Amino acid sequence: MAAIVELQDIGITFPGGERPVFDGINVAVERGEFVIIVGASGAGKSTLLRVVAGLLAPSRGTLSHSFTERPDQRSVAMVFQEARLMPWRRVRDNVALGLEGLAVSAAERDRRVDDALALVGLANYGSRWTHELSGGQRQRIGIARALAVEPDLLLMDEPFGALDAITRQTLQDELLRIWGETGKSILFVTHDIDEAVHLGDRVLLLGGTPARITHTYDVDTARPRDRDAADANRVGAQVKADLSGLFDQGGGI
Amino acid sequence: MSKRTFLGAGGLFAFLLIWELVARSGVVEATLLPAPSKLPATLISEVTLGFWHKMVLASLNHYLIGLISGSLLGVIVGGAVALFPTLDAVQSWLARLLRPIPPLAWIPFAIIWFGISETAAAFIIAIGVFWINYFTAYTAVRAVDPDLIELAASFGHRSLGARLRKVILPAAAPGLLSGLRAGLGQGWMTVVAAELFGITGIGQRMNEAAGLLATEVVVIYMLTIALLYGLSDMLFVAVQNRVLRWQR
Repeated sequence: MAAIVELQDIGITFPGGERPVFDGINVAVERGEFVIIVGASGAGKSTLLRVVAGLLAPSRGTLSHSFTERPDQRSVAMVFQEARLMPWRRVRDNVALGLEGLAVSAAERDRRVDDALALVGLANYGSRWTHELSGGQRQRIGIARALAVEPDLLLMDEPFGALDAITRQTLQDELLRIWGETGKSILFVTHDIDEAVHLGDRVLLLGGTPARITHTYDVDTARPRDRDAADANRVGAQVKADLSGLFDQGGGI
Repeated sequence: MSKRTFLGAGGLFAFLLIWELVARSGVVEATLLPAPSKLPATLISEVTLGFWHKMVLASLNHYLIGLISGSLLGVIVGGAVALFPTLDAVQSWLARLLRPIPPLAWIPFAIIWFGISETAAAFIIAIGVFWINYFTAYTAVRAVDPDLIELAASFGHRSLGARLRKVILPAAAPGLLSGLRAGLGQGWMTVVAAELFGITGIGQRMNEAAGLLATEVVVIYMLTIALLYGLSDMLFVAVQNRVLRWQR
């Protein structure tokens, strides 16, 4: 199985920074796989996603991929922690943001926006202004905007981190449904270990200074997963133990 | 009619009444304070003699040329300075030096460079309007959320043109529009002063009338300015509300 994206020996040193933020990062996301990166805040998780998104050039290492690279889609699309909607655009036009500039006809654009809105359960919200939405709805629109460009890889940067617990669980399950329906490859960053083992096929632990992938866990629990599934919880406990181990070594973050 | 409207109209009426009574009482000489009841006849005579529309059109002409050129340049320069840190640094002391100079202090140079001409009046108006828009555009563009710029970049909008169209202009629009509106008022304030030096327009007519102690004519043009300012501001707010209808 060809990896949809593979990071080999990636390192980042910010200009003026003496030590690299991270170094020797190796991550591969297989086609259709749901991969989670966990780590404490400040570990460089978001920076790593920005490298994959092409927003930041790595100082070292190579990034290879097997993207389809069609003119009517984007290879990667990002969902941010804050929904980052443009308040001057109605919901539909926010979802269409990534389609502007692609080889997509107006009719096709409308269809994609409708489909993406339906997929996140907000089919009737297209003509709303963004300030009329709740936090959970805003985040759904952020997901719809990413799906509309039909990306090979969906990057998610703590997308549910700012939501209340109930909304977060709902959206986690919605995301799993969307993943099941679309078969997207997902690279998902979080500091919430319960979220990680509930969602992921594989969980990577990012830690140390400079940060590396210190541990990799396979979550073999069958889907759909129960929130108190013993397997997932066992992996979760192991991740927590390893994470606090990193803290104890000092410089864990 | 709401209570507020009623009180507002009442206050204005009381003001006119007191003004009329004071003017008629003979306490103040008639040339020093014209009675409001004399104003309609004065307006009719100014209109029939052809002065009123000639002066209003001339002033509107200076005003519009000065307003449009000053606003455009102010927004472009202020925005560019906000976008390019090197440009910002290069002009920072220069702007600090020039900005505090009142537009009317440019009158001598306006006359030396352009003569007693429409261009001179428009130039003075443009200077005042320029600095207002320069500053608000600078502030508004600097305040654009960098997260939204990153968002647009992550969805393929990375060139300067795309950034401007997709993020910076719409995000800065509320600030830009409030600057344009402030400039609209500033323009009316300078237009009269710029014309006091003999450039045809409302200011020149007021100056002439004051020389002849025709104070009722002066009052007519004072009210004309108030009316023009009020109208242009109302019109602008209507446009502004339409453009910013995404705001609550």
